[in-house]
Amino acid sequence: MRIPRALLAGGAAMSLLLTACTTDDPDSADAGQELTPDEEWFDAEEYENQLAQRDIEPEGPEDEPWLQAIEPEMADTSEYKLEGEDAEEPTVCFSNASVSNPWRVTGWITMQQQVEVLQESGDIGEFRVSDAADDDNQQISDIQAFVDAGDCEAIIISPSTTATLTPAVEAACESGAPVIVFDRGVNTDCMVTFIHPIGGYAYGADAAEFLVEELEPGSTVLALRILPGVDVLEHRWAAAQQVFGDSELDVLGFEFTEGDGAQIKDLVTQHLQRGDVDGIWMDAGDGAVAALEAFEDAGKPYPVISGEDELSFMRKWQEEDITAIAPVYSNFQWRTPVLAASQILNGEEVPQEWVLPQQPVTEAELDDYLERNADMPSLHYAKFGGEDLPGFPDAWQDR
Amino acid sequence: MTRTAVPTAPGRIAREAVSRLVGGGSGTVFALLILIFAVIFAINPSFAQPPSMLAFAKQAAPLVILAVGQYFVIVSGELDLSVGSLVGAQVVIAAKLIDGEESRTVPVILLMIAFGALVGLVNGLVTTVLRVPSIITTLGTMLVLYGAIRLWTGGAPTGALSEAFRRPGRGGIEDLPVIGQLPWALLIALAVGAAALALTRSPYGRTLIATGDNDTAAAFSGARVWRVRTTAFVLSSLLATAASILIGGFAGVTAQVGDGLEFMAITAVVLGGVVLGGGRGTVIAAMAGALTVEALFTLFNQLFLPSTIQPTVQGLIIIAAVGYAARQRSTRSP
Repeated sequence: MRIPRALLAGGAAMSLLLTACTTDDPDSADAGQELTPDEEWFDAEEYENQLAQRDIEPEGPEDEPWLQAIEPEMADTSEYKLEGEDAEEPTVCFSNASVSNPWRVTGWITMQQQVEVLQESGDIGEFRVSDAADDDNQQISDIQAFVDAGDCEAIIISPSTTATLTPAVEAACESGAPVIVFDRGVNTDCMVTFIHPIGGYAYGADAAEFLVEELEPGSTVLALRILPGVDVLEHRWAAAQQVFGDSELDVLGFEFTEGDGAQIKDLVTQHLQRGDVDGIWMDAGDGAVAALEAFEDAGKPYPVISGEDELSFMRKWQEEDITAIAPVYSNFQWRTPVLAASQILNGEEVPQEWVLPQQPVTEAELDDYLERNADMPSLHYAKFGGEDLPGFPDAWQDR
Repeated sequence: MTRTAVPTAPGRIAREAVSRLVGGGSGTVFALLILIFAVIFAINPSFAQPPSMLAFAKQAAPLVILAVGQYFVIVSGELDLSVGSLVGAQVVIAAKLIDGEESRTVPVILLMIAFGALVGLVNGLVTTVLRVPSIITTLGTMLVLYGAIRLWTGGAPTGALSEAFRRPGRGGIEDLPVIGQLPWALLIALAVGAAALALTRSPYGRTLIATGDNDTAAAFSGARVWRVRTTAFVLSSLLATAASILIGGFAGVTAQVGDGLEFMAITAVVLGGVVLGGGRGTVIAAMAGALTVEALFTLFNQLFLPSTIQPTVQGLIIIAAVGYAARQRSTRSP
């Protein structure tokens, strides 16, 4: 019995040592961090476009950013105008990808509050909803069910993934009802309007440019990413790679965290054991506080950090006076689709591609946003844009 | 398969323990643990300093506690897949009910303990009385908890934990010379380990192992199998509750807390040489298995391997460890 065990242990030892040697050997100085964006996820033209859109003044009412649009090209919707009896309380159907993260939960509440207002005024009748719980197949059949029912006067879709949902959206378009897509896109332009904030490149660049500006050349930056392979997140990272690649910052690497606070804290702690980390770039704000706590617990000064407009992070930022920025993936976009639906059914023009503004929260606006959201729970998003809705603040507090 | 015959004298217990450590399926895990640490130290000498080691201990403590709970269930011949979901549920419940109010900390912790005990009791009774295989029972519990929590919170967690709630997982005895902070989590894990060791040496522990080895024989010799196993499930759920307090304390609330922990715990126990199907293995080795899993992932991190490789490695470990144990058993039993 002893020999095989010794052999096994020896084998394990050898393989561990070998992996250690091979990986540790050649250029461990920068651990080979690639700062060229992956071609699959990087579209140079779109990147330049989004960066430029950040500086364009959006059209529309200034105090209602969810109705603003950047360089809109208006689409004629007179063919969808409902007349006579049809125009009274039309049924609007919404296929939701999921409510599986706090950002979507916040937006979903805002949308429901907006719907109540429109129902009160008679612009919308029944609001029929299906939730696909992040399952593509479920969402495809949800959309098909709306088409088959035949009484949806407008169909709103928040797709769970891009390529897989494209045929389902096309089928919805063919049904004749106006289709409104928002948040993630699909590979077709059959819908009446596609509503989204500027996009992932702008988000990632906002965060990375802030770090480049605030940190001395040669400072070390650690990137924390949630998952590989999700387009909105990959675009953020691709933009950051582009910005960091042109800078003097030393990017230590990136880690996938699944947005799990315990993993984030563990990974950051380990990086701090190896050496100093001066900046943290995150592709989404989930768990930003856990990353900061890793610095606290290790007794190191806070890094310069990019989080998100999630309140737990913004409160920590204010309390500890950290050098930070909160890039925003505008949560108020959840109001726009239902408003667009009622505009379309009234025959009003809407932008074909409805690009909503997407402004990061900076130090200067921090106190203002925290004051406005003082009674909101910590997993709430500052730019949710529902302060003027009748359900405010109870609807968002009590979830 | 009569190796777990009940020892009669303390001397024999000690000898049994030593022979298990050195000669049983559990010995390998200690060799592996030492080896992994040696490689980590070689790559990154700063990890050998006491503060780094204690930070590692603090972060590994919840898994060690989960592994102890999983050990009781596995050694009794069952499996508990619900612990990951239970940890997630408990942290979310705590955040929602405490909602940042310090004064609610203790009542909510008591409620969590009661909830944990209830989940364990349901798992145990459904498995033993209704005779639903535990892999199905606990898979069901895992899904029920996962869904119920999302239903209750509207999809994502809300609320906040209090400072007092976070202290066991995050804090410690501060400002000690050389080592800095001595984490509460480490002390709690040590206490749990000592209690578990005492329990396995008690009449209950021996009955538990005998039940896992051969439940018919155990029943004939007077053990109430259903009660023994139900208690094991309750212990597992209670320890998962303890782990959830440490995990919530360590890193706060996120939507993903607890995900995949059941497989981490099973990997740890199996790596510790505890035989699936029950009856063999020591709790100490299961705890060492937990440390080894954590150390291995730390090593991967030190090697800049992507963390997405973790599930693959975990899967390989489970298959290799069980295969190794099976091969060892088949050469031994005739």
